[in-house]
Amino acid sequence: MDRVRTILTVVAISTLTTCGALLIVGTNPVDVFSAFFKGTFSSWRHFAHVINVWIPLVICSCGLLFTFSLGLWNIGVEGQIMLGAVGTAWVMRHLADMTNPTVTLGIAFLMACLLGAIWATLSGILKIKSNVHEIFSGLGLNFVAQALVLWLIFGPWKRPGVASMSGTRPFPAAVWFPVPEGWRFSPIALVAALLVMGITAWIFISTRWGLLIRAVGNNSRAAEVHGISINGNFLLAMAVAGFLAGMTGYYQAVFVYHRLIPAISSNYGYLSLLVVMLAQYRWTPVPFIALLFAMLHVGSIQLPLTLNLDSSLGGVIQGILVLTTLGVVHFRRNS
Amino acid sequence: MNVILRNIHKFYGPVHANRGISVTFREGTIHGILGENGAGKSTLMKILAGYTPRSDGQILINGAPVDYSSPGEALKYGIGMLYQDPLDFPALTAIESFTIGLPETPICLPSKHFVKLFEELTRRFHFSIRPEIPVEYLTVGERQQLEIMRLVAAGAQFIILDEPTTGISIRQKEILFDALRQLASSGRTIVLVSHKLEDVVNLCSEVYILRQGKCVGHVAAPFSKAELLEYMFGQIPPPVSRCILEKGATVLWMDRVSASWKKTTMIRCSFRVRQGEIVGVAGLEGSGQETFLRVAAGIATPHEGDLYLDREKVTGRKRSYFKNRGIYFVPNDRLAEGLFPDLSLMDHYAIAFGGSSWLIPWKTIEELARERMETFSIKGQVVSKAAGLSGGNQQRLLLSLLPANPRLLLLEDPTRGLDVESATWIWKYLQNLAQKGTAIVFSSRDLDEVFAVSHRITAFFEGRIALDAEVNTTTVDEVQKTIAGLFRE
Repeated sequence: MDRVRTILTVVAISTLTTCGALLIVGTNPVDVFSAFFKGTFSSWRHFAHVINVWIPLVICSCGLLFTFSLGLWNIGVEGQIMLGAVGTAWVMRHLADMTNPTVTLGIAFLMACLLGAIWATLSGILKIKSNVHEIFSGLGLNFVAQALVLWLIFGPWKRPGVASMSGTRPFPAAVWFPVPEGWRFSPIALVAALLVMGITAWIFISTRWGLLIRAVGNNSRAAEVHGISINGNFLLAMAVAGFLAGMTGYYQAVFVYHRLIPAISSNYGYLSLLVVMLAQYRWTPVPFIALLFAMLHVGSIQLPLTLNLDSSLGGVIQGILVLTTLGVVHFRRNS
Repeated sequence: MNVILRNIHKFYGPVHANRGISVTFREGTIHGILGENGAGKSTLMKILAGYTPRSDGQILINGAPVDYSSPGEALKYGIGMLYQDPLDFPALTAIESFTIGLPETPICLPSKHFVKLFEELTRRFHFSIRPEIPVEYLTVGERQQLEIMRLVAAGAQFIILDEPTTGISIRQKEILFDALRQLASSGRTIVLVSHKLEDVVNLCSEVYILRQGKCVGHVAAPFSKAELLEYMFGQIPPPVSRCILEKGATVLWMDRVSASWKKTTMIRCSFRVRQGEIVGVAGLEGSGQETFLRVAAGIATPHEGDLYLDREKVTGRKRSYFKNRGIYFVPNDRLAEGLFPDLSLMDHYAIAFGGSSWLIPWKTIEELARERMETFSIKGQVVSKAAGLSGGNQQRLLLSLLPANPRLLLLEDPTRGLDVESATWIWKYLQNLAQKGTAIVFSSRDLDEVFAVSHRITAFFEGRIALDAEVNTTTVDEVQKTIAGLFRE
């Protein structure tokens, strides 16, 4: 009952705030909402776009559920996505000619997850060995990862002739992930995302590890008294989050762009942080919030075309949602 | 001023903490509110002080109904409360902390007017706090004194004290009680919340007794202790006595260990405990017994000396190693160090008894949880959060998480803040463990408790073990002198 009231309050406040903002800009909110609707539900093609955003958001958010449960702020998730994409691109460049496409795609997948996990573990090691807060190490590693991507695009992996912001040369068409005729997204990836979601839920419901990380996140001093390894769980959760972030990077490189581009992460790491925060660190609402965010993301692309509005409006609405939720939840808790 | 609470109800979710309580507090009188833990005393007082909103009922001040929703507003009506942990500012000096809590705080601190007021109040109540001393150096008793002065200066006509005698010395208690009598004779209304019969009998002129959220009795002085106890519990609990010791092999041996934990240190302590033995550790707060217990539990690591478990050297091992060898620790601050506040009781049992299997057998755990909660009479649901339990129930929960036969049990203030009945129950349980061979080492601020149950007593002073004696060879007086540092004379 309380939860329903919280949700209704959030929806009411954020809708009103958004309408208010739109009216100030001089746009009819009804037009904007119908544009969002058209951009996402009007056709199969549009909805396929939404799914293409939903898949990486869900995968990445699941990883963050583990770190957030431990009380870790894995801001470095952006960099972990980029490293996943770098790993993928490296395999594509060096192995694509040597083996058959399926094997290459498989190796690239493992490489992406591995690099993501290593990048995340670096933050974890800095935390437990040198007491560097994961927010700072994460931010730092994000810059390093971004620099690495840019260096690769403009240096060793530049397009023959001229280096450009549009990224490296596309991967050979043989190693593009196969998509059935007319689908516009891969059913295999969709199944994989659902599988990740299911395994995450299962870990939290049924496994001892899921319980232990919630325990450490809730009270690390009591965890110590109960003989639960704190540092070990930090590293493991970071590695799992990095693994899934790497998977997100793989998706971006292999399904969406077919090459390495500077903005390869599409900010999905930061967006996933918002998804999980909005979900109040629980797994149940994650797929639905990810769907809402994906719709806002895709729908906002329509805005410049039909209403001459900037597409960043989608981001504004996402921001309003998260801030209202946090505000309302904390207000409820305090009163 | 006269305050009437009429038919007060309070619900915390499904918990009905106050069930229609009606009480009257008369001007110039010291009232007692007596009741065991979880009886609803603190809830009622928090409602009166504006800290918690009531679910139903009325508050009347001098006959007129009033409404307020914060401690600040309550203070405007003249109602002030002294909490178990005083609400002051450790980083400031006494005079700053005093001034900042007053309604008409000046912009630049501290002005002469307030220093004068401060000194006047200390003289009046025979307190001995200097204005410029930092609050973090004050003892709990002195911080209470500071808070009382602040409330009086802020114009409180009605002062509530929640368990004020926990953790303060006997001398400070006398000073506190004198000050309260003085306040009452100057026309203020005082309410003392306590589960300590002694305090209530010595100080109050009338007492309301709460049990399970209801007001079950109203008695005026002179009191009969037996009558009060019967109101509180329905029956009189028998006192605890020492159990017979059959000494076994040495379980833990510390050889000249030095270590520190937080701000407290222990210096070159040697100690030995045998199977079935109950050792009471005495010492003023911060004397080193905190570190001592944590070293024995494997939470703090010695930087000098060695630690042996059953003759095996375990210096520098992890806590999990100690735990696997059957060494358990029950800390003083239950919510901060012992329990997971937002996890359910069932989660706690799964952590403690889930074993090392990957999957949690939730069915078995739920059965086990129900059974344990029944045995330890924990009032709550398997799905309730640990933070929602009362202090006594939290302690029972902690004990119910221990295995049936620990090798060594280390407890810090095991009966802190518990009523007589809960404390008796807990000691019966612990003595039963000792009879089966568990070695028990516990610290306590209550020397009577230490003497009642221990076979041996160890006293700390400034990080060193200043006394280690069989209970028959020492006296309360000697231990008191030792922990106060008078043994040197």
